[in-house]
Amino acid sequence: MQNIYLTIVFAPLVGAVIAGLFGVGRRVAHTVTIAGVGISFALSAYAFYKLVFAGGEVFNETLYTWAVAGNVKLEVGFLVDSLTALMMVVVTFVSWMVHFYTIGYMRDDPGYQRFFSYISLFTFSMLMLVMSNNFLQLFFGWEAVGLVSYLLIGFWFTRETAIYANLKAFLVNRVGDFGFLLGIAAILMFFDSLNYTEVFAQVDVHKDTTMQIISGYDWSVMTVICILLFIGAMGKSAQVPLHVWLPDSMEGPTPISALIHAATMVTAGIFMVARMSPLFELSEVALSFVLVIGAITALFMGFLGLVQNDIKRVVAYSTLSQLGYMTVALGASAYAAGIFHLMTHAFFKALLFLGAGSVIIAMHHEQDMRKMGGLWKYMPITYITALIGSLALIGFPGFAGFFSKDAIIEAVHHADRAGATFAYYAVLFGVFITALYSFRMFFLVFHGKERMDEHTRSHLHEPSAVVTWPLIMLAIPSVFIGGLTIEALLYGEYFQNAIFVTPEHNFFNPADYHGVWGFVVHALGQPPVWLAGAGFGTAYYLYMSNTELPGRIKDKLEWLHGILVDKYGFDRFNEWFFAGGSRGIGSFLWQQGDAKIIDGGLVNGSAKTVNWFSGVIRHMQTGLLYHYAFSMILGLALLLGIFVLW
Amino acid sequence: MFTNLPLLSLLMWLPILGGIWVLLVKDAQTAKPIALVISLITFAMSLPLFFHFNTTTADMQFTEMHAWIPAFSANYHLGVDGISMPLIILTSFSTVLVILAGWEVIQYKAAQYMAAFLIMEGLMIGVFAALDALLFYVLWEIMLVPMFIIIGVWGGPKRIYATIKFFLYTFLGSVLMLVALLYLYNQANSFSILDYHQQALSLEAQKWVFLAFFAAFAVKVPMWPVHTWLPDAHVEAPTGGSVILAAIMLKLGAYGFLRFSLPITPDASRELDWFIITLSLIAIVYIGFVALVQRDMKKLIAYSSISHMGFATLGFFIAFRIFENPSLTNEAAMSGAAMGMEGGLVQLISHGFISGALFLCVGVLYDRMHSREIADYGGVANTMPRFAMFAVLFGMANAGLPATSGFVGEFLVILSSFKANFWFAFLAATTLILGAAYTLWMIKRVIFGPVANDNVAKLQDIGFRETLILGILAIAVLFFGIYPAPLLEVMHVTVENLLEHILQSKII
Repeated sequence: MQNIYLTIVFAPLVGAVIAGLFGVGRRVAHTVTIAGVGISFALSAYAFYKLVFAGGEVFNETLYTWAVAGNVKLEVGFLVDSLTALMMVVVTFVSWMVHFYTIGYMRDDPGYQRFFSYISLFTFSMLMLVMSNNFLQLFFGWEAVGLVSYLLIGFWFTRETAIYANLKAFLVNRVGDFGFLLGIAAILMFFDSLNYTEVFAQVDVHKDTTMQIISGYDWSVMTVICILLFIGAMGKSAQVPLHVWLPDSMEGPTPISALIHAATMVTAGIFMVARMSPLFELSEVALSFVLVIGAITALFMGFLGLVQNDIKRVVAYSTLSQLGYMTVALGASAYAAGIFHLMTHAFFKALLFLGAGSVIIAMHHEQDMRKMGGLWKYMPITYITALIGSLALIGFPGFAGFFSKDAIIEAVHHADRAGATFAYYAVLFGVFITALYSFRMFFLVFHGKERMDEHTRSHLHEPSAVVTWPLIMLAIPSVFIGGLTIEALLYGEYFQNAIFVTPEHNFFNPADYHGVWGFVVHALGQPPVWLAGAGFGTAYYLYMSNTELPGRIKDKLEWLHGILVDKYGFDRFNEWFFAGGSRGIGSFLWQQGDAKIIDGGLVNGSAKTVNWFSGVIRHMQTGLLYHYAFSMILGLALLLGIFVLW
Repeated sequence: MFTNLPLLSLLMWLPILGGIWVLLVKDAQTAKPIALVISLITFAMSLPLFFHFNTTTADMQFTEMHAWIPAFSANYHLGVDGISMPLIILTSFSTVLVILAGWEVIQYKAAQYMAAFLIMEGLMIGVFAALDALLFYVLWEIMLVPMFIIIGVWGGPKRIYATIKFFLYTFLGSVLMLVALLYLYNQANSFSILDYHQQALSLEAQKWVFLAFFAAFAVKVPMWPVHTWLPDAHVEAPTGGSVILAAIMLKLGAYGFLRFSLPITPDASRELDWFIITLSLIAIVYIGFVALVQRDMKKLIAYSSISHMGFATLGFFIAFRIFENPSLTNEAAMSGAAMGMEGGLVQLISHGFISGALFLCVGVLYDRMHSREIADYGGVANTMPRFAMFAVLFGMANAGLPATSGFVGEFLVILSSFKANFWFAFLAATTLILGAAYTLWMIKRVIFGPVANDNVAKLQDIGFRETLILGILAIAVLFFGIYPAPLLEVMHVTVENLLEHILQSKII
């Protein structure tokens, strides 16, 4: 099995190296990378089959010893259990689809080979992250996906906005990593190991251990560790207030928005918390923190989706909001539901992004929805698949997102910890908002008046098959994957060896589950479905039947609109406080500290003192004989005086 | 076979004599190949130190001992352990690159330029290998001369100010070290550094000796607030000078702490560790902010060096605090302290590669545009894509990205300092943000963006020689990031032995 896992991980890396470093042609570049990721996907599917259906063993082995520092062995190795296997299949499948799609999307780009190299490198990094069996490699994967994200957001590096966005993304993620690294340090301190299995085996020992960060206050070690780790997840999975980088990341080409900034990388934080469930389960405080942060993200980022006019930014805010849902699930101890939503979301959000990309190609790289409209008749495949994606997103009964989102809402409803009530209403209201912004976008793009110019309109057509096939391939799971897997993932024993939930926190009881139809029928009587319907209806009314109204609402509620367009002022504040503040501190320390006090005072000061002193001494060397004679006499008298009087 | 050869003497004298030969040759075209071959032979000869190194003992290896000045019982005594051996290889490695880097660029007195680097290489290897305090001191001081000449002759417009500042700063510190060494000679009646390690001293005496050593080593590292000579020296130094300055000379100060301060004055080190820890953390945070606002690329990297060296000194001196932490078992404390010290050592080696590479990158740009100002650049990736790839790689390494060597040392030191105090780790970890901010902001302004001006538009991408140099460094940076185990393995026993040694009080 080890060779299979090695191949899964390294096939994309080999592809990336060939495409990136050997100066190969376009055809070679996309062939090797697609082959590499294809092998990865096929073997991942095989590994998944072996593990889940053929009763295979969980794989947990060391590859090599990275270093021995002190007595701590730091190793690189793989842990493949049901959680990992699921992630591997999702990551490699979406990545493979995106590889195909890229052939069409990046057709005319001079950086074609570089792009393929990067996305394959990303696949390698992401696999290293999810397949790790220790915190060191996790951190490697974590940073490596961040690096590729940085490279891809800034892919068009001559654009000022792109290279601003990628720097911002990297630095905001580094703020999260700052907490993450301290969390890892805390784990090493208390568990003396960075290996998952060894750490999890000892959690009970430190259940009640406390530490003092501020002297006099005892804090539970588990709470400290979990919150620090979660700060890392907040960076990577873009939770408020570290969410600010994700909307800007849309500066990157659309295929990577689908792959990295929707389906896979941004869910790394969700995956990580689920992986660490044995730790998080021991800290109510940390879970409440997770719950509240997630709820804030889910609701308030959804609002921002309402006022965006850039098609990709709507999807980006939708992603933020959905990441909030996943985080809420984690905070409610419903890790399985979080991962379930992660999976369904990976398919339908990748679909929506690629659909948006398809529209953008057709519109000749126009992204403003105000210049679209009525596209349904020009691009039917994109239209249908986008409809499927939107229905999955808003939780239309039977579609993939319906099951996962409903499960989260139910779990939060029954959760019993600080913040749960707030979180419940946030995610519940979020359903309405989700449906509203999703169909606002859908109607603005595909229905209504054709607002593009004549030249664009006359060239409108469905993009080639390399673009539409991935849409279709992603649309299929967007419909079916939820109903097919809900029983196993939530109520079955799928995650039983991978995710740990304290029995009293566990909401999903197999006895409560009465088949897919039972779930759907039960849900029809619950608020989420009706709220989604209301959202859809509102969107229809505002953007299809009474299209003047949105403008008037905007004028009436100008202040509110202003706040939303300003994105609650996060960017302005960060730019002023953190960026400006750091530069201010830097200048101050440099000019005042280094230049004035140290160089001016100490260094040149001592030089000046020596100069002054020598200047004084110099006066004694006048060259006049009587001066010297006088001082000799004076000295002699002094010496005599000393000898006589002593 | 290698144990019979006087390997360390060869490593020390071959480049010195070779340098003199190059000086005598004078003609640049003949001198350059000779210099290159000598540096390559020296490097090749340094490798057996690694491959024949006994990792199970903390004793000095490859030792040589001859009477030197019998009247003072000063000996020509050489030897290496797990601390000095990697630094010697780093020295011989860097010199090859520096000679290659100066190949076409240096037009003025090229033979003398090469000779200066060869002679300095021999002297620096001698400093790392010396086990006799007098020999150490003599080499330590002479070593300033070639560097002084390199900056003074091949340096920039303000080179005289920079050399004098450099010389006075380092010389003042060294003089105090001489006083300490003479005092120790009086106590131990020997110049053997290993005898000093065993020499009992009162706490009062230890403190004075510690401070005297501190003056010498802190200036070299350099630690805040005696760091201001470094940016000036770097800015004025030619590329090769900057590389050797950053890659090797700074390491001498850090090495001094491990060879002299900690083992000779362990009780004073324990008493005054707060002082070193505070200065290290100031270096990491304060200097990180200062680096952020630099407008000159070399200054920025110089400040970044100071900040990164803070990790080395932090890792070395964190040990006492870890042992004082009541919640750790003795074993866990030992492990944590060793991790910190090893992290600090790895940081030295890694910083040698990365800062060297970054200074070479600036050199590549400077050779073409004759400017180090960030504002004069922009969009270099458009005209120099191959160079841009290396610049981004080394920038990421400087920001401590995992799988580059820059990560290893910082990671280990942060993990270790957490065991001493949460806030130490907290402040040290700010480098994750600050380091990325100043490095990548520079990368953004220099490498990315649209072509900024006509000069950038006319840039030629790096040729074979430059690609080779940067490629070798890239491999080194990646190799030790992916597989640092061999490096840590050679240090391990020496570090544990040192830690056990410093836990024993020397107070009579």
